[in-house]
Amino acid sequence: MNTRAAAADTAAGGSGQLASAFGYGASRARLRQALSPWLFLAPALLLLGLFAFWPVLWGSFLAFTEYDFLTPPRWVGLANFEDLLDDPVFFISMRNSLLYLLIVPAIQLGAIVLAVLVNNTLPGIKAFRAAFYMPVVTSVSVVGIMWGWMYNEQGLINAVLQWLHVINDPIGWLSDDRLALFSVMLVTLWRGLGWYMVLYLAALQAIPKDLEEAAGLDGATRWQRFWQITIPMIMPTILLCTVLSTLSAIKVLEEVLIMTKGGPVSSTYTGLYYAYDQGIRAFNFPRALAASLVVSVFCLALAWLNFRFIRPRHR
Amino acid sequence: MLPGQGTEGRGNDRRPAPGTPVASDLRATPPAEPRSMSMRRRIRTALHYALLLLIAVVCAFPFLWTLSVAVGTEGNVFAFPSSLIPHSVSLANFIEVFRVVDLGRYFWNSIWITFWTVMWTILVCSLAAYPLARYRFRGQRLVFTVILATLMLPTEVNFLVNFITTTHLRLVNTHLGVILPTVAGAIGIFMMKNAFEEIPQELLDAARVDGAPELYIFFRIMLPLTLPQIGALTILTAVTTWNNFLWPSVVLTKSDLMPLAVGILELSGTFGSSTRVIAAGAVLTIAPALIVFFFTQRFFMRGMEGAVK
Repeated sequence: MNTRAAAADTAAGGSGQLASAFGYGASRARLRQALSPWLFLAPALLLLGLFAFWPVLWGSFLAFTEYDFLTPPRWVGLANFEDLLDDPVFFISMRNSLLYLLIVPAIQLGAIVLAVLVNNTLPGIKAFRAAFYMPVVTSVSVVGIMWGWMYNEQGLINAVLQWLHVINDPIGWLSDDRLALFSVMLVTLWRGLGWYMVLYLAALQAIPKDLEEAAGLDGATRWQRFWQITIPMIMPTILLCTVLSTLSAIKVLEEVLIMTKGGPVSSTYTGLYYAYDQGIRAFNFPRALAASLVVSVFCLALAWLNFRFIRPRHR
Repeated sequence: MLPGQGTEGRGNDRRPAPGTPVASDLRATPPAEPRSMSMRRRIRTALHYALLLLIAVVCAFPFLWTLSVAVGTEGNVFAFPSSLIPHSVSLANFIEVFRVVDLGRYFWNSIWITFWTVMWTILVCSLAAYPLARYRFRGQRLVFTVILATLMLPTEVNFLVNFITTTHLRLVNTHLGVILPTVAGAIGIFMMKNAFEEIPQELLDAARVDGAPELYIFFRIMLPLTLPQIGALTILTAVTTWNNFLWPSVVLTKSDLMPLAVGILELSGTFGSSTRVIAAGAVLTIAPALIVFFFTQRFFMRGMEGAVK
């Protein structure tokens, strides 16, 4: 990587000298030389600016205004945030978003176990990896529809449980307001496992084999090797995955939108679903942007906490 | 990878084909070893498979059931376990679903949106990656940081302002409005940047000495040399775009513009569409992405790995 960069440096400098050495319109050549990287970059920078940076800036501004699409936004200070505080549904939403963090340890543990199980050369192991990864490459709308059937009161999960005589009466997985959020969380877990499995698998395969073999020769048991060697070696990946899954847990939206639309009795609203509902459905964009700003601040705070608490133990 | 590291145990490497199960056992268990050891090893392997199979069944259960309901024609769809094994297999539901909604239209929209998203993504990302990899200019580090920063931004909340922007650009209910915001991405730019960095410097020098224009060098010399990475980016972008739901559903409100991933919800909301018909539609929606995934698994496993570094 470093050598490559160095090579690029000298070469680019060299070609600049070449151009002027040949002396065909030296200043024009130099201008072209100076401009051309920016012309190459222009489309990407324009699009990133418009659709990645502008939303953050303009959205943060609009959160403090009154804006109805037709007239220019009018500064109203913290009024939108006061409205949020007055809205009990927003409280439920943020509480649910925090509850959603429960899936972070579950997803990490599950993904590590899966990665360990598929980190070998047994015949057919690739098929298993593919099977575990399938939910990741399935559109969330179909995931929502399929799990709607699973969770239906006459649906598959109740049928299986009744068949096993675990329950007598069907459970309203999505219609019971105490259960619905956890049912949706399970879908998020199911969707995410394969993705994190691949990250952990890559980390496991990067562990030098002789390290584990040496420990084996020293008489360490499998269990000891796992805790003393494997876990410390994949610690950076654990940190990364924890941060990623924390952020995506806080920002859950699509599952809720497809499966419950926040119901029953607004028990499955999440922070970002609240923002979607206020913005895209009710067209109250300032309120929606205020809510999404709160969600973003939560994200930043949690990312910071994650780095602070997980890193020192390792480094 | 470290030197001296054996290939054994690295999942992607050579391994015996299914059907020759003893090869790895023999290597791992020399004949001199006591019999009880190999017995224990065999039991352990069997348990390993049993556990894998159990998890795979739980993971795949919704898929298996949906497929079984889609190809079946009679019986209670929610009965367990009978609904998992269809009595008679037929394609009736797959034909019916095209009658209930305009699934052909959705299909075409998905193909159209995916095709143009892939084309634009490759063009925009490789154009941006080229100077980052091969030039040295004032502000390069800043540009690099700015692109990297988009990975840290809470982009999931961007759809609100992007909807406002799209409205002002009069791109609501157009496919361009769906495509444009997703085209420039840090992952794609970094993938292409790595690709350009791998090209030998001599090639570039030779072209520049010959006085070839930069755009010519880019399109005729550099870009063809990155075909493997372009392939990987194509596959990852295509699958992501095919499955994308939220943004298309925000931009497109007219049914005849929707891609499958959005249209399938229209279908499930349509009065009179039975579970079996919806299941058939669901199978058709996810099949293309899953088929591409099964044939190009390694790109997904490697792509993620690359994204982490």
